[in-house]
Amino acid sequence: MVSELTTGQRQMALTFLAMLALLGLFVAAFGRADPIGGHGWLVLVFSLLSLFAVLTNYYDPEPAADRSAAYYDAPVKAGIIIAMIWAVIGMFVGAWVAWLLVNPDLTFVEEAWASFGRLRPVHTTAVIFGFGGNALIATSFYVVQRTSRTRLAGHLSPLFVLWGYNLFCLLAVTGYLWGINQSKEYAEPEWYADLWLVIVWVAYFVLYLRTLARRKEPHIYVANWYYLAFILVVAVLHIVNGLALPLSWAQAKSYSLFAGVQDAMTQWWYGHNAVAFFLTAGFLGMMYYYLPKRAERPIFSYRLSIISFWGITFFYMWAGSHHLHYTALPHWVQTLGMTFSVMLLIPSWASAGNALLTLNGAWHKVRDDATLRFMFIAAVFYGLSTFEGSFMAIRSVNALSHYTDWTVGHVHAGALGWVAMITFGAIYASVPWLWKRKTMWSPALVEVHFWLALAGTLIYVFAMWNSGIIQGLMWRTYNESGTLAYSFLESVEAMHPYYIARAVGGSFFLLGALVACYNIWMTIRAPQPAGALQDDHPQERTDPVLEAGR
Amino acid sequence: MFKFHYKLETKAIALVLAIIGVSSIGGLVEIAPLFTIDQTVEEAPDMRVLTPLELAGRNVYIREGCNACHSQMIRTLRDEVERYGAYSRAVESQYDHPMLWGSKRTGPDLARVGNKYSDAWHAAHLINPRTLVPQSVMPAYPWLARTRLRTDDLPLHLTRLRTLGVPYTDAMIANAAADAAGQATPNTDRAWGVAERYGEATNVRDFDGATGAPTELDALVAYLQMLGRQTSIAEEPAAEGGE
Repeated sequence: MVSELTTGQRQMALTFLAMLALLGLFVAAFGRADPIGGHGWLVLVFSLLSLFAVLTNYYDPEPAADRSAAYYDAPVKAGIIIAMIWAVIGMFVGAWVAWLLVNPDLTFVEEAWASFGRLRPVHTTAVIFGFGGNALIATSFYVVQRTSRTRLAGHLSPLFVLWGYNLFCLLAVTGYLWGINQSKEYAEPEWYADLWLVIVWVAYFVLYLRTLARRKEPHIYVANWYYLAFILVVAVLHIVNGLALPLSWAQAKSYSLFAGVQDAMTQWWYGHNAVAFFLTAGFLGMMYYYLPKRAERPIFSYRLSIISFWGITFFYMWAGSHHLHYTALPHWVQTLGMTFSVMLLIPSWASAGNALLTLNGAWHKVRDDATLRFMFIAAVFYGLSTFEGSFMAIRSVNALSHYTDWTVGHVHAGALGWVAMITFGAIYASVPWLWKRKTMWSPALVEVHFWLALAGTLIYVFAMWNSGIIQGLMWRTYNESGTLAYSFLESVEAMHPYYIARAVGGSFFLLGALVACYNIWMTIRAPQPAGALQDDHPQERTDPVLEAGR
Repeated sequence: MFKFHYKLETKAIALVLAIIGVSSIGGLVEIAPLFTIDQTVEEAPDMRVLTPLELAGRNVYIREGCNACHSQMIRTLRDEVERYGAYSRAVESQYDHPMLWGSKRTGPDLARVGNKYSDAWHAAHLINPRTLVPQSVMPAYPWLARTRLRTDDLPLHLTRLRTLGVPYTDAMIANAAADAAGQATPNTDRAWGVAERYGEATNVRDFDGATGAPTELDALVAYLQMLGRQTSIAEEPAAEGGE
């Protein structure tokens, strides 16, 4: 990657890394009595290693003078590999905590870091932010260049975004293990990691906007609307929800600015829209590029794209309060949240329908090509889980489903069935394109991965549907004398077989990700085919598949 | 409309502004009024703040991720009220920065667990839940009993919370470290100070059953034994003319 930088840019990178290493040293020194000191060391080591990596390649030949004639794919390649590493970490920890619920004595070590409560956020952060986030950053870099027919606007800043974002992910997951956790769901990292993410995110936004400004296409392609909404709204959510007062500059602990009911509303406004703009909008951006490209058919309807984009952008932001039905949150806010959640079904199904109708006429490809089938199944699960979400947001349904495993099942129908499937599809499509191979090393292994992933998802989701509904029913069942029929403990015992099934399903999914890693590794290592594929470059004609999508 | 959009999507800045505008409305309408409407949080004159020991216990609860499996929000449903006690009022978490309502009950709700079980039960249960409840899937937390509680920075914790609006007095802040130790060592001078500053209803007990400096187990048990007991509002009949 260093070979893509000029000497001046290499010097800038070195200066920046040296300054950050110094900052890490300061934090390590002043925070030595506090867990934050460990993070000082982490920043120091991470910066020094990067510094070393730049230095060892410092005297590499400079890049060609006219770099703008080619796309900048080094950060895309790195991002895809990093995303797969996070996928394995996150899914492994996920499978581990699933087995802990089967048998809580499987911890092996009686250490604080190995307990369920600390590992669980490692799982959620590693899969959502590590795997999902890196995949989004990498594919957004790829897509914005191709759809704008221009090179990324900057050489250092894409690397900074990717590097800085992964530093944030590392701060987050190591922090949980050391007991640094501000308890806000899906926003667990403490104030300094949050601040660092704001810096990275602003750089990402500026880079994206500057790249769009250089575009050779008059129109901004629909995938970029979604990526833009993802970047913008996640910034707003993250900043507002993360407002907190630290104990001191040298301590990790902070107290949220919000308390009680206002905090609950802010948290779920954030939490639900992290689902909306991180796990939905971003991945819809991915889908709107990779699915038509792979199927070689333009998006079915341009107008449907517009309706669903603005519908999602508007409706989702109201829906968070459906997480707080029957709580101390004022009733009118609950009702608004429920109403908008039901209305959300329209833009959601418009998107899912748009994707599936795009495949009309390419069904033989869906049958033969596991990569496209990943994207197809993703669209199906997107439709299913958005329907389920709207359904669960209805107050009387929520009375049963809330607090139960049904929520967990719903989340995983979306996370495994939609987010991970579309990402695997996009990665299997991109890897041969990026490394100039005709296909993946083994299409058969893609097929194996597809069936492992699908089986894993179905086992997981069915297990959690069953356990969730049983749990909800047991909690509210009365016997003939008018008292509660089951103790809480009886409901815990009833979950046991489903927890086993869930752990098996999750392990299948992890196995699939390992197969993917091996296949990607072998594809990268495989020798260049004779008559290697030509680079695509910004001077090409507009892609007819994307053109017709308007 | 589609013609308008055809133009809009040629201007990146306009698209950015449109996204910000359209996405802001929902949050503004739902969140902003919660800070101004006085019905959002009911009045509870007897609402007390957490003692330093309970606050430290709350931070242990957060650190160990207890809120991932235990909610602290009893909904207004008959079976929940019968299982866990009176439904949770907004005022009961008004000093909780952040709130710990939770979203999942892998274990039971804890909003009113305070003084339901003995200290000895909690201590043994936290060290290894399966000694008391063989079917439990809860993790064991043996290190809490071994780890001495850090109390020297408690005045700073209280000061920061006061900045955010929690009514800690100067005396509470000045004595925070001593009060944390005092609450876990009954029948000492320091223990009387806790009752004086935080009210007679405060639990002053040797929570972990071991003498010596307070441990993290002391703090966590003190916190659990306080849950649902900061105010008596839920014990009174519901206010007239509710929804």
